[in-house]
Amino acid sequence: MPFTVPKERWTAEVQTVTIGATEAEGGTRTSTVTIGGDQSLPFLHFEGDTPYGPVIAVEILDEAPQGWPEPLAEHYRDVWGDPAAWAQKAVEEFGADMICLRLASADPEGTDASADDCATTIRSVVEAVGVPLIIWGCGNDDKDNEIMPFCSEAAARERCILGSATEGNYKTICASALADGHLVINESPLDINIQKQVNILVTDMGMKPEDIIMYQVTGGLGYGVEYAYSILERTRLAALGGDRMLQMPMLSIVGSEAWRVKEAWQSEDEAPEWGPLERRGIIWEAATATLFLHAGTNILVMWHPQAVSHVRHHVAGLLSG
Amino acid sequence: MALTAMDIYKVLPQTNCGDCGVPTCLAFAMKLAQGQASLDACPHVTDEAAQALSGSAAPPMKTVTIGTGEKALEIGGQTVLFRHEETFYHPCGIAIQVNTSLPQDEMTERIATACAMAFDRVGMTFGLDLIALCDDDGSLAQKAAVAAEVSSLPLVLMSDDVAAMKGALEVCAGGRPLICAATAANFEEMTSLAKQFNCPLVIRGENLEQLYELSEQAIDAGLEDLVMDSSARDISSALQDQTIIRRAAIKDKVKAFGFPTLGFAVGDDEIGKITSGCELIAKYAGILVTDLITRDALLSLVTARLNIYTDPQKPIQVESGVYEVGEPDASSPVLITTNFSLTYYTVEADTSASDRAAWIVVVDTEGTSVLTAWAAEDFTTETIAKTIRECGIEDKVEHRNAVIPGGVAVLSGELEEESGWHIVVGPRESAGIPAFFKTKYAERIA
Repeated sequence: MPFTVPKERWTAEVQTVTIGATEAEGGTRTSTVTIGGDQSLPFLHFEGDTPYGPVIAVEILDEAPQGWPEPLAEHYRDVWGDPAAWAQKAVEEFGADMICLRLASADPEGTDASADDCATTIRSVVEAVGVPLIIWGCGNDDKDNEIMPFCSEAAARERCILGSATEGNYKTICASALADGHLVINESPLDINIQKQVNILVTDMGMKPEDIIMYQVTGGLGYGVEYAYSILERTRLAALGGDRMLQMPMLSIVGSEAWRVKEAWQSEDEAPEWGPLERRGIIWEAATATLFLHAGTNILVMWHPQAVSHVRHHVAGLLSG
Repeated sequence: MALTAMDIYKVLPQTNCGDCGVPTCLAFAMKLAQGQASLDACPHVTDEAAQALSGSAAPPMKTVTIGTGEKALEIGGQTVLFRHEETFYHPCGIAIQVNTSLPQDEMTERIATACAMAFDRVGMTFGLDLIALCDDDGSLAQKAAVAAEVSSLPLVLMSDDVAAMKGALEVCAGGRPLICAATAANFEEMTSLAKQFNCPLVIRGENLEQLYELSEQAIDAGLEDLVMDSSARDISSALQDQTIIRRAAIKDKVKAFGFPTLGFAVGDDEIGKITSGCELIAKYAGILVTDLITRDALLSLVTARLNIYTDPQKPIQVESGVYEVGEPDASSPVLITTNFSLTYYTVEADTSASDRAAWIVVVDTEGTSVLTAWAAEDFTTETIAKTIRECGIEDKVEHRNAVIPGGVAVLSGELEEESGWHIVVGPRESAGIPAFFKTKYAERIA
């Protein structure tokens, strides 16, 4: 009996989404990013096409980060405090496909920057780089609702991704995205039903599926990566199986999650059994990203330039087959 | 059509003799139904019953044992394609490649390093599994004796040369090494060696089709302990082949592919090999062969394996009680969280990132996270207050301020009454702990 390759007959594919708007489309981006369209489980070329492949967004903060370990800090110290310069470095030197701007300074528990300050920062980053942007609030619902309309307007018609809409807080961000022509990140805890619920709420607000990116909270290697891995995998299976409300592309936070893990930053004096510190964080970030790739993520949000280049290489190898 | 445990139980002897290693016939039947045991384990089953059950009760993927004794490695025995469907069994074995051309002292040092490598995680110790002795200078027979002597881990003998393999097996077959590999060119001789020395055997095809044919022939020749290698040596074809083999075995019950696989971590540099290794751990390799030997590299692979092979149905828990971050004293802050290990270790990592010594009081919530436990009423004013009273924290600190997760701020009023402690509402996400200690904590304590 000869052997036949077992192929799944999927009935659907991941939603194709384009981020960024060029001049012809009413924005000022010099490049756009298209993701999704996957017709199989990740990179299974014998079964279906992967027309676009995953992309990497490099995350920058709008203020100098606190307590970054040296192997990471050394690459960004010269530009942090200046988000425009930071974004430029990420694009020009590290090859970021997109910039993920995190408005950390807005946090009322921290600097508590005003909506005006945040909007000014956004204008400077929009001007500094030509790649598409992800604009993410500080994580405090009330404050994000206060700043997001101004931030959204500051990048109007650029077709950015705004983060994030949650089950309990989605109206303001959706209204902004609709008004200014952006996409929105629908965030949920590690729960596929809540993810679906957020997607339904947000589409009921008038957002189209092709204007939505899903984000289900991530964990770094050693600290919950398997939960995120399985949720990504289950969501991709649901998408291919034809669930319209789970077909949007997925985003995974890698940098901050990987570097939060002790193995990534604890000094060799404190943990000699883990080997030298220089590479550990890079390894941790690259390994975390690799697992998410194989579970089906479409956008990786990353920090370290070397981790970025290793993961880019891995993606190229997977797409080439 | 798969049989149920009850269907199988009906044709078992029903004597509960325990000779199969499972205490009762019903328990054994349940294992058979899940593909977790083989009918061969029952010495008393009748021929008719065996016939009735054959096929449907056979596990879709054979479990293969390499080595003997305490360090023997079991691989395979998988029942699903996705870990969320059940779990992945028998974690992927990590084999450290050691070339025979190394000077003997370097070779023994490398083997000793690999054997001694161990990492502590979630209260357990994890190490490596195999030494893959790779014949790159034709000296396998001589070096196998040395390797077997030095290594506490079972060996993989890597050579296509039949004479070299025979020489090596003559000195170390007692340790039940994995023979790697039988190919189309040496098939008759290598399969005979595997039989003669009763050792597991890697079947290597130039591609999936040839692998399939060779595997069928090996099964026909009476071999049972096989490991599959499709010769994929780049990350893309490795993913395709590993997936096809696993899927054919599990979904289509293709017998020739019903064995664990072998994969190689490939890459231009060490981190490339790590990403390749992570791919193979997630996507189905039964054995991962790598020439990586540094602690930072192997720590990541061992951790990835632990995570992917964690049983999704059984959350890893920490014990309820008081834990120290740094060297806390009587004035150090007290944080309250749940006993889901992920929750606890995240809080611990973020607290330790804040450079502040602290006490963490862990409430038993049966291994669920803060919001899940709160919704399930396992993380309530009563359970928290009881833990505070009983865990001994009241003797360790002079103050009475306890920080609760921001997500359960609603508990604070009642909890103050119930516990007698001043309740401070902390950040919703544990990532906010360092910032919280810098600013809000001092303002909010009594």
